[in-house]
Amino acid sequence: MKSVTRQKNLEEIIRMLGKARKVSLVGCGTCPTMAETGGLREVEEMARALEEREVTVASTTVLPVACEPLPDEARNGFRSLLGEAQAVLVLSCSLGVRMVSDYTDLAVLPALDTLFIGREAEPGFFVEECAQCGDCLLGDYAGICPIVHCAKSLFNGPCGGSVDGKCEVDPGLPCGWQLIYDRMKALGRLEELSVIRPYKDWSKSLSGGARRMRIPVPPPEKKSEEG
Amino acid sequence: MKSGSNLEKVLEAGHFAVTAEIGPPKSASARVIEAKGEQIGHAADAFNVTDHQTGVVRLCSLAACAILRRMGLDAVMQMLCRDANRIRLQGDVLGAVALGIRNILCLSGDHVKFGNHPEAKRVFDIDSVQLVKAVKDMRDERKFICGEEVGSEVPLFIGAVENPYADPFEFRAARLAKKVEAGADFIQTQAVYDVPKFRRWMEEVCAVGLDKKVHILAGIIPVKSVGMARYMQRYVSGVEVPDEMIRRLEGAKDVREEGIRIILEIIEEVKEIPGVHGIHVQAVGWEEVVPEIMERAGLLPRPVL
Ligand code: SF4
Ligand code: SF4
Repeated sequence: MKSVTRQKNLEEIIRMLGKARKVSLVGCGTCPTMAETGGLREVEEMARALEEREVTVASTTVLPVACEPLPDEARNGFRSLLGEAQAVLVLSCSLGVRMVSDYTDLAVLPALDTLFIGREAEPGFFVEECAQCGDCLLGDYAGICPIVHCAKSLFNGPCGGSVDGKCEVDPGLPCGWQLIYDRMKALGRLEELSVIRPYKDWSKSLSGGARRMRIPVPPPEKKSEEG
Repeated sequence: MKSGSNLEKVLEAGHFAVTAEIGPPKSASARVIEAKGEQIGHAADAFNVTDHQTGVVRLCSLAACAILRRMGLDAVMQMLCRDANRIRLQGDVLGAVALGIRNILCLSGDHVKFGNHPEAKRVFDIDSVQLVKAVKDMRDERKFICGEEVGSEVPLFIGAVENPYADPFEFRAARLAKKVEAGADFIQTQAVYDVPKFRRWMEEVCAVGLDKKVHILAGIIPVKSVGMARYMQRYVSGVEVPDEMIRRLEGAKDVREEGIRIILEIIEEVKEIPGVHGIHVQAVGWEEVVPEIMERAGLLPRPVL
């Protein structure tokens, strides 16, 4: 999985910082490092940019995987790193921001916009692939998501704006339905596209409150009894 | 009769039907709609009112169609999947019927990007094929999407759109078949300028027998100027304007007259194409030209049924 991120502009970051004049920066060694938005180098650059705007940087850290929970024993060490900081600026996707909020009572602010879950289609070129709708349809559409790749999320496309493989919304955007059509054709499955697709159940998606899932976990190991 | 609308009667009686589009104002003025109705009400069998076309906020189709109905004109309400979810859409269908509207046109809608609120969240809860099916199920099964019963009749003549010029060309007839299977009674097409290509599409449509199941009305957009023709050629996705047509307009002394002549020739040709049961004239912002075109095309007076 790749969380594709982009840095917010400095003005917005300064606005979010508000009165905080001393901050700690936290980056992530995984997706933001690959996207060059929150790895070691970008954290250092951000520190310099903030210093130029008279914001003191108390510390800089790059967590290996910001979306993974820090072990309990590492949290105290993490807190002491924050030192005198009045806020923590996190250069990771929103999951990392949320994780860091669990480790400190300071204000935790995002320095990046979390854009989408995507893949690096070519070096340095990221493409969204999934909107996490909660009920994956890739099997019916030859592996190309109509919700993401069609600008109108059509289940029975293509619309009348598909021309030369391009989407009407933006000539730089491939028409997702042309991609679906071509792939279904190559797979010899074209007649399936003649079936009217059922209404989508959006209740499994962004329909209210955070989605949750629980899986069975082994109970914590019991300490051997004394005596 | 599914709806008893004038449009349905005209088509079922085998006449060559004419629908015309009326563009609603960016205001709450019923008078604007009435004035257009008075001006062109005699020149077509039913009048489509666009619904926030190209994503621009205007007086809504539902209200404008109700105003036209009050004047005794047959109206085609346009409904978009872009701006409303299935709850709102089905509720508006009921409202439309309650206000005497008997024709409905189901569309996906242009993307909000092209409109005057490009930052708006687009809905697309269901798509246009599914909307056609939802309305048909309300009418024929008396059921909402959720399966609950609709407490009254829903007499509607159901329309959809199709673009014969879009890609993949070899899938367009199959996609039309999907809309027909979903429940479309009539189809209004994208503007026809390239008649040979439209004819090829109609041949495919007829080859699979769709002309027997649905009334196809060819889209007609009168061109006012060379600039407009160029703009459509370049920027309106899915409209094919032949260079030859632009050259004719450029060479004309009276561009307005030449534009009308071109449209009359297109009407003359599409009338002869097997399976075409009428035309849909979209002269938004230039509605006053519709009676003149219909008169000169020999399509007036409209049948009274
Ligand atoms: S159908 Fe849903 S889960 Fe599957 S790729 Fe698309 S958005 Fe993601
Ligand atoms: S052109 Fe293709 S991708 Fe764009 S909205 Fe239409 S069907 Fe979807």
